[in-house]
Amino acid sequence: MAELAWREALNQALTEEMERDANVFLMGEEVARYDGAYKVSQGLLAKFGSARVVDTPISELGFAGIGIGAAMVGLRPVIEMMTWNFAILAMDQIVNNAAKVRQMSGGQLRCPIVFRGPNGAGGRLAAQHSQALEANYAHFPGLKVVAPSTPAEAKGLLKSSIRDDNPVIFLEAELLYGVKGEVPDGELLLPLGKALLKREGDDCTLISWGRMYYHAEEAAKQLEAEGIHVDWIDLRTLKPLDEGTILTSVRKTNRAVIVEEGWSFCGVGAQISDIIQSQAFDDLDAPVQRVTGLDVNRSYAAVLEQAAEVNPVRIVAAVKKALYREEG
Amino acid sequence: MATEIQLPALSPTMKEGKILKWLKKEGDSVSTGDAIAEVETDKSNLEVEVYDDGVLLKILVPAGEVAQVGAPIAFVGKKGETVNVAAATPKKAAEPAAGEVPKPAAIEAPKPAAAEAPKAAAAPVAPPGAPKGTPPVPARSNPPAQVVQLRPGDGGESRLRASPLAKRMAHEAGVDLGAVQGSGPQGRIVKRDIQAAMSEPQAARPQSYIPGVRTEPDVLPMSSMRKIIAQRMAEVKPGVPHFYLSIDVDMEAVLAIREEAKAAELKVSVNDFIVKASAVALHKVPKVNVSLQGDRILQFHTADVGIAVAIEDGLITPVIRDADRKSLGTIAAEAKELAERARRKALKPEEYTGGSVTVSNLGMFGVDSFIAVINPPQASILAVGAVADRVVAVDGQAVVRKTMTVTFSGDHRVVDGALGAQYLQELKALLEHPVRLLL
Repeated sequence: MAELAWREALNQALTEEMERDANVFLMGEEVARYDGAYKVSQGLLAKFGSARVVDTPISELGFAGIGIGAAMVGLRPVIEMMTWNFAILAMDQIVNNAAKVRQMSGGQLRCPIVFRGPNGAGGRLAAQHSQALEANYAHFPGLKVVAPSTPAEAKGLLKSSIRDDNPVIFLEAELLYGVKGEVPDGELLLPLGKALLKREGDDCTLISWGRMYYHAEEAAKQLEAEGIHVDWIDLRTLKPLDEGTILTSVRKTNRAVIVEEGWSFCGVGAQISDIIQSQAFDDLDAPVQRVTGLDVNRSYAAVLEQAAEVNPVRIVAAVKKALYREEG
Repeated sequence: MATEIQLPALSPTMKEGKILKWLKKEGDSVSTGDAIAEVETDKSNLEVEVYDDGVLLKILVPAGEVAQVGAPIAFVGKKGETVNVAAATPKKAAEPAAGEVPKPAAIEAPKPAAAEAPKAAAAPVAPPGAPKGTPPVPARSNPPAQVVQLRPGDGGESRLRASPLAKRMAHEAGVDLGAVQGSGPQGRIVKRDIQAAMSEPQAARPQSYIPGVRTEPDVLPMSSMRKIIAQRMAEVKPGVPHFYLSIDVDMEAVLAIREEAKAAELKVSVNDFIVKASAVALHKVPKVNVSLQGDRILQFHTADVGIAVAIEDGLITPVIRDADRKSLGTIAAEAKELAERARRKALKPEEYTGGSVTVSNLGMFGVDSFIAVINPPQASILAVGAVADRVVAVDGQAVVRKTMTVTFSGDHRVVDGALGAQYLQELKALLEHPVRLLL
């Protein structure tokens, strides 16, 4: 077991999959000669050459389309978006071609492609560069959406995403690239669509994904110290969603708190909340609570940015509310 | 220096209270007006407030335990301050708190709230040499703000709130949700409330019958309300010499009006007519509108009528003030609202004290007639039976009329038989010619 940073774990995943399958290639802005904007592709150009590690112009719609075309004819592209904010430009290719081509061709064409890059806040990057956009992609049929939390998950889920025959939206986080964690040695493949119960408790279900994992972990620790034991679920994949793990937990605890970096309105948590109310209605003892980023554009000013963010204090308060243990 | 919080008398008859729940934990900061504990009194569940800013230093009486009125239940002081628990006031209520005037034993039963004290006589003052050792009834010496109604946000809504899980659990366990006090927001019944209800001994759980096997009786805990009813009834019956008068009332006219009202979608019950009539009759026969308190007779000038409401584990008599001056519609709405809150144990003490006469109606159970025990310090009570078809003689003919029997119980110390009879005659005349109740 090695301790790796997120970016190292992703680098391992890419290296291993490119070694394993000659059809896998990486394309994006600064991925080759600059070794990646966040150094995820460090050393890959030297190792695999410019045919498989390809620098592109600043043209998201263009290189997303090239990748989709390559996937349709049998290659397995990994397209790096410098951030998911820039991928908004590529939305048409992703949702109108990647997501639809398999169904519209009656299964004659496949689109095994991974779009990956940092999602969410990066710390004072202001409104246009701080968006958590998973709800947008989870909305469209035909896309899988993966949001790992730990370096091990980043590695195991990226490898599985590359091997998946469907387009996968793979969400990383700028604030996580340096975060370290234990990564098992050897082949590591984590199944898509499978959540992980990180901590067991009978009092309340706590659901998180991506970077919110770390806030949820801190909140769970604080609650534990107060004698409140949460059943904490790390979702790992947003679509397909592991409804079974969520419902089993809610049926045990009778309450749920969903943590989401993005905005509340039409968020992924809204969908999870709907699944809980429709399928576990008679098991609920309290309304499902959601902790989300505030419904404003992220500010450049540090104090305003912090005020709009999810934090452990808000998660603790939401769990207590779900438990009818509000204070004051 | 830490302030000792004593259990206040949250109702005029309250002698002890069970701490249902602490709303603050030790170490929590509190400020003036904060409710710190929920207390079950003999009548309602009420909250205890604090009058100091500071920190709840120490809880002396844990939730679930009973404390005497006046006994220390907690300390409030500055953060980090130490508390000398041993020095706390002894946990007995026999000694009146400093500055309080002990009241004579004879008026220990609820006296009219100050607001509706009779104009002619000042509120009773303790005579010199009042019997010692009588538990004081310090309710009125406490600031009224100490008594707050639970769940004020409920308004007149009667909808029962329960979480889906609580409903399912109640259904599966056969728990009556209406009998469960909700602890969630707006009184929502949640999982923990059902669990608490399930852990209580089931009163009437049907025992399966196995021939030859005798099952032992269950020992049921006595609620605060049950205790006070038991104690007061045992005092009242030998203490107040009762006499009884019955009269039959032809209710055809009342029922005709009620039908007309119903057709116009106006809701008024037979009992509302009786409440109104009993109040108007008090004015016609004012000598019945009295109360013996100690060695004084209070003559009331208002006609306040109590209505006996059966609630879980007992009964309570919310009072409709000035029922003689209120329209039947107002009385109907008020009675409904008071009864609903009575069932939720959410009445304020001033809503169930005072009154000149109580109307106790068991007609809905098909009871033809019964006699009721007076609710002191009132001097009379009306026991109302069912309105039923009865064969009666009218002008020499046997005819079937809707008839009801009312039985008057009077306190013979202050009301005599002829007076009671006069009152009943008035009541009968009003109900048989109800136009006088409408105008």
